[in-house]
Amino acid sequence: MAGAIQNREAFLNNIANNLGRDRLTTPVNRPTWKHNPQDEVLKGASQDDLVQVLTDHCEKIHTTVINTTKSNLGSTLNGAVQNYGGGPVVTWKDDRFAEWGLKELFTNEWAKQEIDYHEWDFNSASTNINYAEKANIGITISEYTLAESATVVMLSSKDHGRTVNFLPKTYIALVPKSSIVPRMTQAAKKLRERHLNGKSLPACINFISGPSNSADIELQLVVGVHGPFKATYIIIDDL
Amino acid sequence: MPMKIGNERFGERVEKGINNSFMRGAVAGAQDNIGARRLNAIEELGNWEEWRSHGEEIRQHVLEHLDYYLEQLSDNVAKRGGNVFFAETAEEANEYIKEVVQSKNAQKVVKSKSMVTEEINLNASLEEVGCQVIETDLGEYILQVDDHDPPSHIVAPALHKNKEQVRDVFTKKLGYKKSADPTELAWHAREMLRQDYLTADVGITGCNFAVAETGSFALVTNEGNADLVTSLPKTQITVMGMERLVPTFEELEVLVSMLTRSAVGQKLPSYVTVLTGPREELDVDGPEDFHLVIVDNGRSKILGTEFQSVLQCIRCAACVNACPVYRHVGGHSYGSIYSGPIGAVLSPLLGGYEDYKELPYASTLCGACSEVCPVKIPLHELLHKHRQVIVEKEGKAPVSEKLLMKAFGLGAASPTLYKWGSKIAPTAMNPFTSEDKITKGPGPLKAWTEVRDFPAPNKERFRDWFKNREKGGGTSWPEPSKTEKHF
Repeated sequence: MAGAIQNREAFLNNIANNLGRDRLTTPVNRPTWKHNPQDEVLKGASQDDLVQVLTDHCEKIHTTVINTTKSNLGSTLNGAVQNYGGGPVVTWKDDRFAEWGLKELFTNEWAKQEIDYHEWDFNSASTNINYAEKANIGITISEYTLAESATVVMLSSKDHGRTVNFLPKTYIALVPKSSIVPRMTQAAKKLRERHLNGKSLPACINFISGPSNSADIELQLVVGVHGPFKATYIIIDDL
Repeated sequence: MPMKIGNERFGERVEKGINNSFMRGAVAGAQDNIGARRLNAIEELGNWEEWRSHGEEIRQHVLEHLDYYLEQLSDNVAKRGGNVFFAETAEEANEYIKEVVQSKNAQKVVKSKSMVTEEINLNASLEEVGCQVIETDLGEYILQVDDHDPPSHIVAPALHKNKEQVRDVFTKKLGYKKSADPTELAWHAREMLRQDYLTADVGITGCNFAVAETGSFALVTNEGNADLVTSLPKTQITVMGMERLVPTFEELEVLVSMLTRSAVGQKLPSYVTVLTGPREELDVDGPEDFHLVIVDNGRSKILGTEFQSVLQCIRCAACVNACPVYRHVGGHSYGSIYSGPIGAVLSPLLGGYEDYKELPYASTLCGACSEVCPVKIPLHELLHKHRQVIVEKEGKAPVSEKLLMKAFGLGAASPTLYKWGSKIAPTAMNPFTSEDKITKGPGPLKAWTEVRDFPAPNKERFRDWFKNREKGGGTSWPEPSKTEKHF
């Protein structure tokens, strides 16, 4: 249902008036910008170059990077989970987990290891958040990955709870190598195309670069403020 | 708190600042630290002047077509089920927000850092109707717990406090029992605030940039507090200054990249969150009800004037971190939540010359602010324009100021002219000078020289002098690579 808009006409008329003209009634086209420096950053870098840029920057943002293949993903992820101290683990609901052969790990293998596991389920709303709040690890999948800033991009949906990225103590992002782009420029273009093609934007898009942090006290860095204390990216060679 | 901080006279505020040695050390350290980080970040990026020109052209285009883009934004927010309220004044914004909060019977509100909500004094207005309002940004939280101590920096609000002071505040107000270690302090705040996110009825945020084409808006933080504020409460209210928008995602990306580099030298902060409308039908988290409040509060009066370019501002505070005057007097001296050069330009425009007529003189017109501005606002020229308005139209400046204008002001419209101006200034300043200090300054300098000697302009020009004097002493401060900040 469309929302309400209040007080708009007088407000916008006043703006036009102060700008010394009438209200703009026909669509304004974006000008052809004279400057486009963003397109030059990491231009022509290969996918392997981008992995290197991403890996280098992860060190600066206190984030662990692990490279793996599709066939080794299960054991790599299991190792990363153990490294963070095991469960409780919460993940999105996503078909790619099964495609990557992770279902066995999530259910049987973790049950054997006594790692408690919850898959996001939109049918039981509050259970998810209560679980995520107590979880040790949240696991999600990056849609676009920005090499320059070592940023994973998360798109919300009924199966992709946004709080999986924030509430657990630690955080593991699965990063398909094919998702890596030079910088935010390319992700912004893809998101815009998606919108222009009539596919609605998710209600929440998270650009996440490492664990949460603050320097509000004497500018000294504290890692782990309101979000996770630690972050790991697992890059999956899917090319 | 409102835009105006306290009722002390300018001279009293400056005196307090000058005599607060921890604050001055902290400010100097922060300026050096963040300044170095910023420089590294823009050098690594390369083509910075190109970026600045792009930032400028985007912001100028938006301001020239502001009515169109705000119409597009509000249509698209409404299409996604969000409500939009256009507020001409602070009172209208506060009334609307109060109505929403009361209609939800809300007892508890969690907030992420927002300058515009400070500007309109939203917290006080919600507290009046019995609502508990909790700031979740660590710096803002510290200030709030300390009986609403005012912020002293746009990006690092609690910069003026040391860790022992923070510990004492937490001990007294929160029953904190641990050390003054920033990590222990921050983790205590985490524990306290986690419960608040989970039990709050309403989340309130500011807006770094809205995107007209999609009806989205972006929040930029390092702590992740804005994400919990916008994920957990059932109702979300976002308040934006009316000029804070871009046409599409493509411009959003550019300005976010410039904001974080300019503010703290980060490529991107830990969290950039782009939200579009309330949660989708089957989503489990995110607000069910979303309200966007677009605030004018004096901004439209700036459009179409010689000060229009100040609305290009993206609130990065690079100018604050570059300003030699801010370094000496600290944020509270400005008497406004907007401090530093941007505050000295913006506060008189939004709050009037009566309260802020001294601020345009809280500048050496050295031009460092304009040089670092990512969207090329000619800040020192605007400060100079303010002085002209104050003298010529408002008649508020004493006669002796003319002397100063001649020596500093008129010749100070650009760094080159300033160099020229400060070369001739020794003659004009002679009657007030003892050795190399001005001890009894005329006009606007009077407020400063009442509490400290102002460096006399001499052959050694201000910025050289400033560099030299810094060599005398240093504050120990963490290496740039070890700190992060947020917005």
